[in-house]
Amino acid sequence: MSQAEIKRRHWTFLEALETVAAWFVAILWIAPLLYAFWAAFHASEYAIHFELFAPLTLENFREALSQAPFLRYGFNTFVLVTMLLASQLVICTLAAYAFARYNFAGSNIAFSLVLVQLMIAPEILIVENYSTLAKLNLIDTITGIGLPYMASAFGIFLLRQAFKSTPKELEEAARLEGCGMFGILWRVYVPLARPIYLAYGLVSISHHWNNFLWPLVVTNSVETRPLTVGLGIFGAPESGVDWSIISAATLLSVAPLLIAFLLFQRQFIQSFMHSGIK
Amino acid sequence: MHQSPSNAMRHVYGWLLLTPAAILLIAFTHFPTLATIYESSFSKGNLIRPSRFIGITNYESMLEDPIFWKVLINNFWFAVGTIPASVALAIAMALLVNRALPGRPFLRLAYFTPTILPMIAVANIWLFFYSPDIGLIDQILGWFGFPGHNWLGDPATVLPAIIVMTIWKEAGFFMIFYLAALQNLPPELEEAAKLEGASRWYYFRRVIFPLLMPTTLFVLINAVLNSFKLVDHLFVLTKGGPNNASNLLLYYIYENAFSYFDTNYAATLTVVLLAILAVVALAQFFLFDRRIHYR
Amino acid sequence: MFAKMRKTLTRLAVRKPNRRNQEMFAKTRKTLTRLAMAACFSTVAVVAQASTELTMYYPVAVGGPLTKIVDGLVADFMKENPDIKANAIYAGNYNDARIKALAALKAGEPAQLSVMFSIDIYELIEQDAIVAFDDIVSTSEEKAWLESFYPTLMQNGRTAGKTWGIPFQRSTIVMYYNKDAFRAAGLDPENPPATWNELVEVGKKLTKADGSQWGAMIPSTGYPYWMFGALTMQNDQVLMNNAGDTTYFDAPATVEALEFWKNLGSKHKVMPEGTIEWGTLRKNFLEGKTAIMWHSTGNLTVVKKKAKFDFGVAMLPASKRRGTPTGGGNFYIFKKTTPEERVAAMKLIKFMTSPERSAEWSMKTGYMGVSPAAYETQKLQDYVKGFPYAAVARDQLEFATAELSTFQTGRVRKLLDDAIQAALTGSKTPAAALQEAQAQAKRLLKPYR
Repeated sequence: MSQAEIKRRHWTFLEALETVAAWFVAILWIAPLLYAFWAAFHASEYAIHFELFAPLTLENFREALSQAPFLRYGFNTFVLVTMLLASQLVICTLAAYAFARYNFAGSNIAFSLVLVQLMIAPEILIVENYSTLAKLNLIDTITGIGLPYMASAFGIFLLRQAFKSTPKELEEAARLEGCGMFGILWRVYVPLARPIYLAYGLVSISHHWNNFLWPLVVTNSVETRPLTVGLGIFGAPESGVDWSIISAATLLSVAPLLIAFLLFQRQFIQSFMHSGIK
Repeated sequence: MHQSPSNAMRHVYGWLLLTPAAILLIAFTHFPTLATIYESSFSKGNLIRPSRFIGITNYESMLEDPIFWKVLINNFWFAVGTIPASVALAIAMALLVNRALPGRPFLRLAYFTPTILPMIAVANIWLFFYSPDIGLIDQILGWFGFPGHNWLGDPATVLPAIIVMTIWKEAGFFMIFYLAALQNLPPELEEAAKLEGASRWYYFRRVIFPLLMPTTLFVLINAVLNSFKLVDHLFVLTKGGPNNASNLLLYYIYENAFSYFDTNYAATLTVVLLAILAVVALAQFFLFDRRIHYR
Repeated sequence: MFAKMRKTLTRLAVRKPNRRNQEMFAKTRKTLTRLAMAACFSTVAVVAQASTELTMYYPVAVGGPLTKIVDGLVADFMKENPDIKANAIYAGNYNDARIKALAALKAGEPAQLSVMFSIDIYELIEQDAIVAFDDIVSTSEEKAWLESFYPTLMQNGRTAGKTWGIPFQRSTIVMYYNKDAFRAAGLDPENPPATWNELVEVGKKLTKADGSQWGAMIPSTGYPYWMFGALTMQNDQVLMNNAGDTTYFDAPATVEALEFWKNLGSKHKVMPEGTIEWGTLRKNFLEGKTAIMWHSTGNLTVVKKKAKFDFGVAMLPASKRRGTPTGGGNFYIFKKTTPEERVAAMKLIKFMTSPERSAEWSMKTGYMGVSPAAYETQKLQDYVKGFPYAAVARDQLEFATAELSTFQTGRVRKLLDDAIQAALTGSKTPAAALQEAQAQAKRLLKPYR
């Protein structure tokens, strides 16, 4: 056998080993979620005793729903995420359009100032942002949770990239057909950037669905609390609620996003990949 | 009527388009950054003694505050514990999933799932793992005859316990960026390496890893930011305890602002956090090839 | 959103001058101003008169569907008082409730009363957030009502000669023990440990070598200072003075108490070393992982429902004497309220703390009835007859003291919590940890002396 032949065989052996390792890590990685499923669908006495044929139950979900208004929390999260994404798309599109196609005075400095937000996320400034929000009388409103995130540097950045790569000829053609500033934006730039919009949208939804610290600070009532905050105060160890019920509540909170993810996993993963290529 | 935007009006249009974003960014990023610095030079006010200007006194008491130093050191170890491990795991995962392994879609799904779960939910689940005696880890140890351990109640293990959970949460997220980078590499590279009889380690070290460098830098910056931003789990798992052994800077800021209502001291601590982020930003500025990433 | 803003603005416009005027002008002028105000904002005034709306925040620190019970009580109240609309908002644990209520006040959100931690009193006074009940009660009947509660429960609600908090969800620490485990270890299940020494002896017999069962567990996260308040009281030492400006963290008896707590784990090996989680402790007890636990009486009803073994409840053991701090939440009325709102808030508080309701609350949760009259109601007497442990907390009141509460209470508490955890986890000696905490507490409290 030649030296190269040995090395190639070695390579194949390693690949087999890797498959085993890959599966091992994968099982380790979903184990916590599987455990949450186990605890949520079994009576609390099975929460730490594993019997394969332990009877399944939905009682924990019923308990969780009766102890805290998770449906309302879910609705709040839905409103928050929808409203936030809609405003982000509009605001970021306009700003990105300006940066990509209007070489206006001060645009470089302005762009650098926008990028500052990539570093200093609004949750870092909870103290001051909270007092700003109080002055605006927006404490304990869903608008208040969303407001600091509506102008997203990340969104502006992504869309600017996309707009910049749009061929200028298309813009010229649209102009000849009589499109105005917004017409061009709407007919040419936005449609061509659709994959980026999808990518940004999914990243934004999953980020804000999961956000906790800022909504915790801003919300005071059932009418505004998103799922994460509801879950946070429900599962706070002080309350010593049953594990099984906490697991059920946890699954209730992640279910919509998890189901969406399982259905559209290709798009999700592609989106996150898109968003990372800078 | 519809001229090219390259005339004088482009300045007006440009700024008009930017206005909504600019107002919001100034209101919630730039202004509060400056206001934080301003507030940090005032004393905590109450009914009897209103807040007054005290210069750098807050900073002086911060330097004497043992908890401040503790959270700073904790944050350092938290970063050191999570970043290299999750980045290394992310690279390994991406390399694995990038080849035609049996069950590849499932593997990719499994690695990525923690990313879309909220940290607060994740912490709820992991609390059951770490709980002494009745927790899952102690039970598994028990099957093998090992005694249980009070993972979150022991200052020596609480931070590592949280680090492990964070690595679990983040590795899959970073994997995605590497996967994207790997898919952009020409497939001939590996063929050539195979033909040349290069060892796999050599191939990775000399070919793949250097090509992934821009991604690594990007991921590193994100990981550093996260290690200062991510405190959600503390609300469920430890509240920073025992004796601040797992307390982190942002959580300490939260405690000061919203438990002790000392917003001025919280502002002082926030200034430190901002300074750290500024250092990260400068590092990014010098390490990145700006042309690739921002043009 | 805009409607809300406008509403708040209008309310502020009506109220602010109104309140100031009350203090500044003579009565006639006040009436005149009021008339003028009423004319300007007649629509608002009419709405306010038609029905009073109350918003109250409340915390839950122990398990069980307590929110449902509070909601039920509030619903009953509104049935009896159709002119008052009360919104009860569950705000998380005690800390969350205080944060949320104060934050809401700062932000101009409506909140007229709240159940908050009994020990928040100094912070609330300092923030000028609450009004003393002495300034609200007028009739002699109401004054008598103020005296109708257990005096021990009033300790945390009184300072500077005034009453600021009315006891509601109040508890003490009691000792839960597993009678089956006692029997298995050859101990008398009707004779739980009554002194520290007995606790150690009994604990040693109950602790199994393989780690499957501990003798005792005292939680040291969540509210470590509270458990510690029991140990120090048993050692005949209080943690602070009545004015809330001096702490006694480094007193020899305090240090001794912490040494005892630490020794339960490190020397006697009857308790796990390190900190013990408040939230999961009940599960540990119910799973038989510990034979004895110290916990809030607020857990009584849940333990009764879920325990699959014969269990008992006893007073905490004594060193020099028996002792426990009281704990839990009081009703407070906020200062930013109109006279009508105060009247309505008083109605609600009286309703919730009335003997009948207090008895019902106690039976459903395990919290204490707040007045002797509550224990004299037929239903609670029947309940105690069938389940004598429901009265342990009341009987223990005789030995109880106020819970740690000072100015800067959040910080001072945290100092003690950290010191306790540092000692229990072995990173500092009890004496050193407590001395440090005392020195820092002294510095924090200096401006208040």
